[in-house]
Amino acid sequence: MYASGKYSSRGPALIPRMKTKHRIYYITLFSVVLLGLIATGMFQFWPHSIESAADWTLDKRSVHDAPLVHLPVSSPIPERGDLSCRMHTCFDVYRCGYNPKNKIKVYIYPLQKFVDELGVPISSTGLSREYNDLLSAISDSDFYTDDVTRACLFIPSTDVLNQNSLRIRETAQALAMLPRWDKGMNHLLFNMLPGGPPDYNTALDVPRDRALLAGGGFSTWTYRQGYDVSIPVYSPLSADVELPERQPGPRRYFILSSQTAIHREYRAELERLKEENGEALLLLDKCSNLSQGAASARKRCCKGQVYDYPHILQESSFCVVLRGARLGQAALSDVLQAGCVPVILADSYILPFSEVLDWKRASVVIPEEKLSEMYTILKNIPHRQVEEMQRQARWFWEAYFSSMKAIGLTTLQIINDRIYPYAARTYEQWNNPPVVKWSSVNSPLFLPLIPPRAPGFTAVVLTYDRVESLFRVITEISKVPSLAKLLVVWNNQNKSPPEGEKKFKCPECTAIDGLSLDQTHMVERSECINKFASVFGTMPLKVVEHRADPVLYKDDFPEKLKSFPNIGSL
Amino acid sequence: MQAKKRYLTLFSAGACLILLFCFGGIQVPLSRGASRRDDRSLAGYRPGARWRHFPGSLQPFSPREQDDHNEHISPRQKRDANLGVYGGKRCRMESCFDFSMCKKNGFKVYVYPQQKGEKMSESYQNILSSIEGSMFYTPDPGQACLFVLSLDTLDRDQLSPQYVHNLKVKVQSLHLWNGGKNHIIFNLYSGTWPDYTEDLGFDIGLAMLAKASISTENFRPGFDVSIPLFSKEHPRTGGERGYLKHNTIPPYRKYMLVFKGKRYLTGIGSDTRNALYHVHNSEDVVLLTTCKHGKDWQKHKDARCDKDNAEYDKYDYREMLYNSTFCLVPRGRRLGSFRFLEALQAACVPVMLSNGWELPFSEIIDWNTAAVIGDERLLLQIPSTVRSIHQDKILSLRHQTQFLWEAYFNSVEKIVLTTLEIIQDRVLQHTSRSNLMWNSLPGGLFTLPQYSTYLGDFPFYYAKLGVKPYTKFTAIVHVVSPLVSQSQPVMKLLVAVAKSQYCAQVIVLWNCDKPLPAKHRWPVTSVPVIVIEGESKVISSRFLPYDTIPTDAVLSLDEDTVLSTTEVDFAFTVWLSFPDRIVGYPARSHFWDGNKERWGYTSKWTNDYSMVLTGAAIYHKYYHYLYTTYLPASLKGMVDQMSNCEDILMNFLVSSVSKLPPIKVTQKKQYKEPMMGQSARASRWADPDHFAQRQTCMNKFASWFGTMPLVHSQMRLDPVLFKDQVSILRKKYRDIERL
Repeated sequence: MYASGKYSSRGPALIPRMKTKHRIYYITLFSVVLLGLIATGMFQFWPHSIESAADWTLDKRSVHDAPLVHLPVSSPIPERGDLSCRMHTCFDVYRCGYNPKNKIKVYIYPLQKFVDELGVPISSTGLSREYNDLLSAISDSDFYTDDVTRACLFIPSTDVLNQNSLRIRETAQALAMLPRWDKGMNHLLFNMLPGGPPDYNTALDVPRDRALLAGGGFSTWTYRQGYDVSIPVYSPLSADVELPERQPGPRRYFILSSQTAIHREYRAELERLKEENGEALLLLDKCSNLSQGAASARKRCCKGQVYDYPHILQESSFCVVLRGARLGQAALSDVLQAGCVPVILADSYILPFSEVLDWKRASVVIPEEKLSEMYTILKNIPHRQVEEMQRQARWFWEAYFSSMKAIGLTTLQIINDRIYPYAARTYEQWNNPPVVKWSSVNSPLFLPLIPPRAPGFTAVVLTYDRVESLFRVITEISKVPSLAKLLVVWNNQNKSPPEGEKKFKCPECTAIDGLSLDQTHMVERSECINKFASVFGTMPLKVVEHRADPVLYKDDFPEKLKSFPNIGSL
Repeated sequence: MQAKKRYLTLFSAGACLILLFCFGGIQVPLSRGASRRDDRSLAGYRPGARWRHFPGSLQPFSPREQDDHNEHISPRQKRDANLGVYGGKRCRMESCFDFSMCKKNGFKVYVYPQQKGEKMSESYQNILSSIEGSMFYTPDPGQACLFVLSLDTLDRDQLSPQYVHNLKVKVQSLHLWNGGKNHIIFNLYSGTWPDYTEDLGFDIGLAMLAKASISTENFRPGFDVSIPLFSKEHPRTGGERGYLKHNTIPPYRKYMLVFKGKRYLTGIGSDTRNALYHVHNSEDVVLLTTCKHGKDWQKHKDARCDKDNAEYDKYDYREMLYNSTFCLVPRGRRLGSFRFLEALQAACVPVMLSNGWELPFSEIIDWNTAAVIGDERLLLQIPSTVRSIHQDKILSLRHQTQFLWEAYFNSVEKIVLTTLEIIQDRVLQHTSRSNLMWNSLPGGLFTLPQYSTYLGDFPFYYAKLGVKPYTKFTAIVHVVSPLVSQSQPVMKLLVAVAKSQYCAQVIVLWNCDKPLPAKHRWPVTSVPVIVIEGESKVISSRFLPYDTIPTDAVLSLDEDTVLSTTEVDFAFTVWLSFPDRIVGYPARSHFWDGNKERWGYTSKWTNDYSMVLTGAAIYHKYYHYLYTTYLPASLKGMVDQMSNCEDILMNFLVSSVSKLPPIKVTQKKQYKEPMMGQSARASRWADPDHFAQRQTCMNKFASWFGTMPLVHSQMRLDPVLFKDQVSILRKKYRDIERL
């Protein structure tokens, strides 16, 4: 602005005193400047070129560029979190409004780097790979909005997945500084590793007012039913290892224990079980000769023999998932991925997504106290059920555990279902794997109702132009006492239907022509069947060998005593 | 030249002007452009910017080696610590319930003996007698896992005439009370005007609550049980059927949404009902309130009362109830109301407006499938919400109301049994019902997980799971007369049945007093024949769930039944289509005898039937288990004593589960060898008392079931080409026509 002002005062005064030589020089100069300006303008308003420029800068974008926010020591701290919070008390439903699509709108706060007054960050890790994936998945979903005023749910970009990397008080202060925090109303936090030594609380210790918590490892005492969402602890192996789906069926081992951090009391119990039942059990532990690190996470050992983890999980029917210091275990995810049926021993643990998933069909939950009875309990489960559980386990992993995206979107769908319960996903939609969805039958009319005779029935007759045959049908059918109404569908555009109110008599009727015997007709109908089956993706028709007859059909019995005496006398 | 100069000057000036304009004009977009570029580099940092994935490698959220905590306290100590910490309002099964008391004898319930002089409401008496009549009851407190007080705790409203005084002292003086451990307390009303608290007015200690109108705030998940509010008139047993008799398509009834009830002008729970008039349109949304209740309503009445009262009197509640698609169930002073059960029975889909009510049996019932859960804060949206619900969904919601009503709510007994079964599921944990067992036909009370935890082992879920029953059957032949000759009907029967391509195994149940015949005397067959010697030789033993039955299907036979291989094959193929019903040959019927005011039994040839006798019938093995465990000892004892009626009882049982008639196959009427003078069995049938006994049985059974579960059918199933005029060679089951 300043520069252009200078030009405007000088420019006009110069021109009249110019010599011809200079004139040409100036004109050339002006033209060049003009062309340059036009080119710049073009460039400026050309939408495509902007995109490419944006992409170019995006790659240079980094979490380290996040704006720094200093937290004053006196910055307010939210309250601890109210255990009595429920959707109708702590959630502002008006923000979700009436929505014809029955879909909540979710806003994600922009990334900021919070530091205390001394410049020390509130988190030792900052934005983690997983939380980045989670937020990105949400932003790519139908739930996302970048318009903060339209949002019903707010997700802070402050990563609280792992409490161990957080400074509790400062994280809480950072949350309270969010512009729409408003006592945490309609805010959703994701946490997978709550608590810390020595007590390992089962919910995130960061004070968070009324915010909803999607937590891994809730116990029945910290989980606010219908408010919080219990989520899995994501296993990094989900992304790193590919385990092909195995057909359900018996496996080499019956029970496998592969966790490395099992309390010695429980390990002793498992050893005892192994002594009693021998080869059916495989107990694995850390490999002592391997150094700590990524490689050791993929190996397990037993008596000097080394096994690949998580592949070994596919060799067992049941896999033990014991609680550690925390209730939620990433091993659960690995076990499900392997299609091994998890045997969960974690008293008071709220299973992941238990609000919608029927875990009884995919796992066995045994009280910790009954660990010693585990073998007997599992042996009593029918084989066919074990197979269904194996299939179900794998399906749960694929649909709800396999990625941060799956975990995040499932969480949002569960909250969505609470806000629009009449449009909620059904039990079948949540729990049936695709193969069952195809083969099962779920009719809205499932009640075995035997309707009364009184309302009778409506006859619908389709006709083209064979009026005689039509009249014959009508005459016959109108004799039936329970006929309530007769509807004729005139399927001929070239002719108008005969006048109504006719007496239906048809003395000159001839026999029905042999349409149905026509060969080409049959071929056509076969083609139809094939076409329909391919569209349905399966052949829905079923073959039976029976037909229904009246109870006294063809019996040697006075005809007048029969309810339906004339059947079959065609 | 001068002109040229002037032009040039003009041109230059013009160019300069354009230049100026360009600079001035472009300055703004340029600066905007510059800030935009900033934005781009800061995408994800500024409000209003779209969140985008951050490229590059970030740290994982958790180190691979998680908590190694061998140093920490032992898990056993940790469990014990919970016991002390989580009591009272934070009780859970893990912390307040003693599982060890259920270990030895399973889930048994003890009811304290009634004390003299204690008054007890009829409802509570009904609850206690339902428990005493159930399979859970034990008179021995030493065997019990759960205890029920004989003190009436249903009504804890101090102003109520039913209120029992001094409960605190009375409860504490019970010698088995044990701080309330493993006790369950039933309650319908708590608190009183004006705050209606949920406190019962005495210390319940560690006891569980089975309470109506319980709020999510006070509800202890997995410990308490939310029960429905029911009236004094609610029947003890039997119970009213659902109102829905047939489907109407489209599903809309005369009204879309109705309500008729009291309006509280002030105080707790008044807000929603006071606002209902906003939504009322006196056409298809009819929400009526009256101020006329209580003694001094005139004193508090507001400007709307007179108008509302007049409108209120114009409509009949029951007419509205049965002619509305949806029924509003707003909270009253307390969270639950009678409207809820009334709407369920009437197949009127409840629209809940009771924020914070833990819905009845919420632990096991998925209420989204039978009700619309509204939010009191969004009352004004309710009409558009219910109008947006698709017709398909309305039909399935409506069906589900009927299923739930009949499965869990229509009698005090059902409510009590459901409560107990929920607790039993928690106690047995790994043998508990899945969600599907509770929420689909025939419901949790008929689906006993002790039989199997696998859904495919029951006859009810094949279609839901997309699986089929096992295509073989096991024949069980009930033998009561000694084996004297090789030409005896039972020999022919064994051979014919064993020849069936679907036969997996034959079991001979030897209920004869004579010793077992030698092995070689049984016919040689291609399938195994197992002989089981009945221990008690009672007739009910034919329905025991023998472990030796490897198939889903059971072919039940009397020793003198005459059946050909073809007939067996055909009956079995029919059963595969109807695995939850009895499929077989001998059809019988029941009728209401108006003169004697009792049920009658007939074996005459009639146009319909409601029973297929188990002398020649195929049904699912699960019914053996139900017969043995679900039916009370009194009925089974009666059957055993008379050696009669076991087949009728089985038909009662199956029809009460399936709500459908059995299926008779083919024309065949006689299924016994007509001449059988000497056998004990034949004499049994010849006995004139035999028929009279069967009449008595019908009425005894109907009274225990509380209703007549048998359903008539006019249809029998024949092979597709049966008696058709085509060549016999084209018929698969041609033997069936040769009678």
